Amino acid sequence: MFAISLRRALCSLWGAVLLLGAGNSFADYPLNLTPGVTDISHKVYDLHMMVFWICVVVCLGVFAVLIYSIFTHRKSKGAQPATFHESTTVEIIWTTIPFLVLVGMAVPATTTLLALEDTRDPDMSIQITGYQWKWKYDYLDEDISFFSALATPREQIEGSAEKGENYLLEVDNPIVVPINKKIRFLITSNDVIHSWWVPALGWKQDAVPGFINDAWTELSEPGTYRGKCAELCGKDHGFMPIVLIAKTEEDYQAWVADQKGAAAAEAASATKTWTMDELMAKGESVYQTNCLACHQAGGEGIPAAGFPALKGGAIATGPVAGHLDIVLNGGKKNPAMAAFGQQLNDADLAAVITYERNAFGNDTGEMVQPADVAAAR
Amino acid sequence: MSTATTHDDHHDHRPSGLMRWVTTTNHKDIGTLYLWFAFTMLLIGGAMAMVIRAELFQPGLQVVDPQFFNTMTTMHGLIMVFGAIMPGMVGLANWQIPLMIGAPDMALPRMNNWSFWILPFAGTMLLSTLFMEGGGPAFGWTFYAPLSTTFAPASTDFFIFAVHMLGFSSIMGAINIIATVLNMRAPGMTLMKMPLFVWTWFITAFLLIAVMPVLAGAVTMMLTDRNFGTSFFDAAGGGDPVLFQHVFWFFGHPEVYIMILPAFGVISEIIPTFARKKLFGYSSMVYATASIAFLSFIVYAHHMFTTGMPVAGELYFMYATVMIAVPTAVKVFNWTATMWRGSMTFELPMLWAIAFVFLFTIGGFTGLMMGVAPADMQYHDTYFIVAHFHYVLVTGALFAIIAAAYYWLPKWTGHMVNEKLGKVHFWWSVISVNVLFFPQHFIGLAGMPRRIPDYSLQFADWNMISSIGGFAFGLAQVFFVFIVIKTIRGGEKATGQVWEGAHGLEWTVPSPAPYHTFETAPEVR
Repeated sequence: MFAISLRRALCSLWGAVLLLGAGNSFADYPLNLTPGVTDISHKVYDLHMMVFWICVVVCLGVFAVLIYSIFTHRKSKGAQPATFHESTTVEIIWTTIPFLVLVGMAVPATTTLLALEDTRDPDMSIQITGYQWKWKYDYLDEDISFFSALATPREQIEGSAEKGENYLLEVDNPIVVPINKKIRFLITSNDVIHSWWVPALGWKQDAVPGFINDAWTELSEPGTYRGKCAELCGKDHGFMPIVLIAKTEEDYQAWVADQKGAAAAEAASATKTWTMDELMAKGESVYQTNCLACHQAGGEGIPAAGFPALKGGAIATGPVAGHLDIVLNGGKKNPAMAAFGQQLNDADLAAVITYERNAFGNDTGEMVQPADVAAAR
Repeated sequence: MSTATTHDDHHDHRPSGLMRWVTTTNHKDIGTLYLWFAFTMLLIGGAMAMVIRAELFQPGLQVVDPQFFNTMTTMHGLIMVFGAIMPGMVGLANWQIPLMIGAPDMALPRMNNWSFWILPFAGTMLLSTLFMEGGGPAFGWTFYAPLSTTFAPASTDFFIFAVHMLGFSSIMGAINIIATVLNMRAPGMTLMKMPLFVWTWFITAFLLIAVMPVLAGAVTMMLTDRNFGTSFFDAAGGGDPVLFQHVFWFFGHPEVYIMILPAFGVISEIIPTFARKKLFGYSSMVYATASIAFLSFIVYAHHMFTTGMPVAGELYFMYATVMIAVPTAVKVFNWTATMWRGSMTFELPMLWAIAFVFLFTIGGFTGLMMGVAPADMQYHDTYFIVAHFHYVLVTGALFAIIAAAYYWLPKWTGHMVNEKLGKVHFWWSVISVNVLFFPQHFIGLAGMPRRIPDYSLQFADWNMISSIGGFAFGLAQVFFVFIVIKTIRGGEKATGQVWEGAHGLEWTVPSPAPYHTFETAPEVR
């Protein structure tokens, strides 16, 4: 029984190895690392495959000896135990050979690592800042700055709507970069440690609050590349994807011009006086992106996990000044409440506060205008 | 070797009932307590793993909210490491080290009682955080700052206290083992004649004494950062969040060897017994264990390749890390050479030991792959590492504890284990554990990060397969509880020798081992 089952187990193991070697050909059963789209990611992939095959060969060698021995040297077949033990020669051989194999592996690993970490002489720099639970991109040479958060609708996550193709891999504002430019990323965080990872680029880099790490890439083909936060960063760690779009230089310049136009329009919106309907409509969308994960769709919160209810809550129905303060500056007692003053502009903040004071049956009838937010900052 | 003088059971002076267990200073009683504690924690931690696999069965959020999911991954890790594997290994040490070196008991029996009885309180305190306002710890078993300091729930202070208590217990246990091994060996039992299980535990005990205080330092810094205004891990006050990771992994890396070295010892006992052949290279096994222990201190930052370490640091930690493959390979080659041209039979302990050698080797190789720093930039924090450390800790450390239980249960209970039921348990576990963890290699390489409650659609099929394997593996361990209880209650009577090919002092005493053994020291050779 043992022999047959073992043979079967080995066959399936071998099958798995073959599949792994065959690469990514099964859409629903992904098996291997992506080779990626940059020079570095190809080097990392080649290194991965080299070490993998070394491991497979050695592993199968050892397993072959073990299996032969298990089948042959058994008491039921009348095997008599040999008495040999301790052989200095054998032990020197099987210590030296692995050592030499490791040295052989270390050489390409070293050159790849040095290339991966060489962030000198970039053509442009983008600062990436991790927030619970979104990313902020600052284009240091262009005066462009925006947040990028999950765009997958809540209904898909909770199962009341069909999941889309890019479920949990879609954002509202993707990071856009030009091709054929050495781009340096300066990566940091506003709160806890995050990790910025787009597998197609071949690396991930931790975002550490108070420190700046750097990394680089140079893409050659336009395309959309998706990734995720890779370091546990709290409740919605699984819900802060990354979408990177590489464009040709012309398309990229057009995008830059667009962004600057949008920024000007946004600046204008901060000075006008909004109607209740406008505030509520904008507030709802801001709420869904920034607040809903903790305070929930109906404002009921998750009190057991430390996320208080807004529905009839002391802050959302209390004085406006207190509401403005906690949204702008964060929770003093509860660190889970972020300081949104740094993340949202005056119009967004005015809208979301107005929304919270009038949605969920709170109906205070009070409006907060962008000018009120500016005054409270 | 002479036969041990044994004492008649009826002359023991000990309280009966519950007080026997509360006041006991007997190494066998304390070993039993440790093992039952570990078993209970295994089932609790396993139940948490079932919650995790249930949530990951399909994409979308179905079973728990993300915060509670994080609490589950955190508590599962902590309970399994500090509640199941470590106490399980200490339980084996308590039962077996005195029996294997011909000592009447551990060197410090009263401290032994205390080091056990701290555990249930520490474990209860840790579990009680689940019911506190704000929820339990949800920052991963590695509790990286500042998620575990500034951004953590109030229950974190209870977690810190529980870790301190677990640390006390481990350090006292380690001191006891070192004192026992150095002072209590039977005449003639020189260090280089000690069974390998004793050797591996002796070396492990030094690792424990070296690194548990480092862990205590890490959590104490967390405590003062949280409550007393220090800024060890807060850049705004001049500290550094990455400092936490340096301190944690200086503990954490030796910790993984604390969990696996005694497992190496167990396997090195079982394979020669059932191959009916001496271990191929006894002294090289001892030296390999010592070198792994030494190397474990100087490779820790390979857990931190993506934190922004200087490139020189990355190179050094990469080179040092892959070197561990050498002594580990020596061990696997030794077990292979021991089986080679032996006269093997495949009783339950041997089946588990062989499964250990095969599956631990797979876990070892993925470890080597991750030691290669540029490739680790991709593997880091994905399911690839989850697969790796579960191959090492489940099919490694846990399988070794199960193998040891099957190996020594006849000695502990006086009854042979039912081979048929045991084989069902074995095949059920071995197949399901691979269905559970092997696909995690694939989804990790394909880009699924660890510690996420919901995932994108390309990972759906493998996750479902993995979850099915998980439920089956979990159920198999409940079946193991049944087998153990059945063996305690009755079964074929075991002889003192138990296994035909077994050598060593523990097999010279009757089965079940009397309450007091080796009151007169045996002569060795």
